[in-house]
Amino acid sequence: MSILLNNISKNFGKFAALYDVSLEIPEGELVALLGPSGCGKTTLLRIIAGLETPDFGRVLLSGEDKTEQHVSRRGIGFVFQHYALFRHMTVFDNIAFGLRVKPRKERPTEAFISKKVHALLELVQLDWLADRFPDQLSGGQRQRIALARALAVEPSVLLLDEPFGALDASVRKDLRQWLRNLHQELHVTSIFVTHDQEEAMEVASQVVVLNQGRIEQQGAPAEIYDHPANAFVSKFIGQTNIFDLSETESNWLQRAGILAEKPQGIFAHVRPHHIEIVKAEEASGSPVTLKDWQHLGATIRVELFNPQHNGSGATLFAEMPNERFKQLNLNKGDRVAVHIKQAHWFN
Amino acid sequence: MHANVHVISDATGQAHFKALHDPFWVRWSLVGVAVGFIVLFLCVPLGLVLYQAFSKGWQAYWTALAQPDAIAAMQLTLVVALITVPLNTVFGIAAAWAITRFEFWGKSLLTTLIDLPFSVSPVISGLIFVLMFGAQGWFGHWFSAHDLKIIFAVPGIVLATLFITFPFVARELIPLMQEMGSEEEEAALSLGASGWQTFFKVTLPNIKWALLYGVLLCNARAMGEFGAVSVVSGHIRGVTNTLPLHVEVSYNDYDVIGAFSSASILASLAIVTLVLKSFLEWKQART
Repeated sequence: MSILLNNISKNFGKFAALYDVSLEIPEGELVALLGPSGCGKTTLLRIIAGLETPDFGRVLLSGEDKTEQHVSRRGIGFVFQHYALFRHMTVFDNIAFGLRVKPRKERPTEAFISKKVHALLELVQLDWLADRFPDQLSGGQRQRIALARALAVEPSVLLLDEPFGALDASVRKDLRQWLRNLHQELHVTSIFVTHDQEEAMEVASQVVVLNQGRIEQQGAPAEIYDHPANAFVSKFIGQTNIFDLSETESNWLQRAGILAEKPQGIFAHVRPHHIEIVKAEEASGSPVTLKDWQHLGATIRVELFNPQHNGSGATLFAEMPNERFKQLNLNKGDRVAVHIKQAHWFN
Repeated sequence: MHANVHVISDATGQAHFKALHDPFWVRWSLVGVAVGFIVLFLCVPLGLVLYQAFSKGWQAYWTALAQPDAIAAMQLTLVVALITVPLNTVFGIAAAWAITRFEFWGKSLLTTLIDLPFSVSPVISGLIFVLMFGAQGWFGHWFSAHDLKIIFAVPGIVLATLFITFPFVARELIPLMQEMGSEEEEAALSLGASGWQTFFKVTLPNIKWALLYGVLLCNARAMGEFGAVSVVSGHIRGVTNTLPLHVEVSYNDYDVIGAFSSASILASLAIVTLVLKSFLEWKQART
């Protein structure tokens, strides 16, 4: 089911949670609503579900205006941040709930319900937990049961609020991959909310970046990373070094290779892997001092200090493959030179 | 856990133990004061009630309870409880639901007003109803013109009891429902459940022990209320005397056996209430 949001606005008292948000999500996508906390992403998800009513704007599902429709009639599956499993019911009863509350005419037989619940439990790989109660499950198990419960009513849209927010780092990594695979299997239009840009980039096919109640950019992960629409997106997605032209000596930037022509803005945003380090003696680049480095597995993050810079941005971060770092054979305090391969300019 | 504590006290010796505990005599004198107080002010009076009730033997006890006035008082007490407890259960659930699930203007005022019967003297509560519905009251003329008796009749007793007991259920439910939040209910709605289905299948099972606890306290108060009921009842024997009023009337008539045998019924109600209350508290702690 495709989702179309037209000019959605929502205020809580004097706080504007969403301001004139329009968004189109084609059928079958796995979309991440990404933004810092308080940016309105959960509110937007709840408006799509019908758990919140917008002050202005329309919600269209499959082209039909559903703005006024009650949440129970929208055919959405909602997975809550803290799972919201029914604590007095077993896992089986939790998953069967959506089928058992159907009006008598549409309600399937208990035999059918049982078959379906077990099929869903197999889908989430937890068939052996059918008789347990929610408080006997781990966080990751609860999350998957909540997902199975939402899927039981065969929703045309699946909405997930911070689905991995309350989980351990290792469980989170597994579940991300699992959710992606599940989506490829079921192909139901899905939207999940997250404040973790890594998670959004890893799981989603489309990322919508929100900030202060507005959409900053929408696109495929690669597009958002490689072509950030503005300074906020550039800063929020991945790590960025920011050069302020008014604070950095232009000579330094020229030698680094990004101020060849007229500057296209006031701020240059540079990804760490776009900074190349060369030894000082073979230098045509800009001089810096090597302060420290950190192992990130396959890559090394190098912390550099720019002595000609006055201001807070004097520390730069560069990233390079492990092998390259070994070749350079650097020590703390070494003078090196940097080449900047690519920058995004913003005002 | 236990093993850990053991290791710590082994390693640091007696000093550690003493540092965490008050001296022997402080502990035991505090326990002594508490127990003595309870014995003096609760157990002795309760024992005396039973002693007096049976002072002339079983026969006299049963005869006193079998008097028509005593039976009428018990019946009236039951009728009043049967009307007020269900009404206040419904009201309490509705109020708790409104306060914990919706935002509306005047919400904090409503929350405060629910406690009003706790903070007003019961006699004053009774007087309010006399002022409203009594012969000289605001609506008195209209009611007497339509031949409806409120004050010095059963409706007045029911109204006064309703007023006195309405905080009990709401007070129990509000903190629990606030703590639970509405996510489970929202989940039920998103799965296609109607409002009633959500209430009966999700909300009610989660609040049932607290609800029963509130109903129990509400019932105990409805059957035991004296002050407000005394003002509106008019003490008409066999007609508007509830059990607590019957105790007072009998005692004033120097009918000691009559007064204390009825009092023993109220006292055993209190004991049953206490036992059920501890059971419900235990149940609630487990869920």
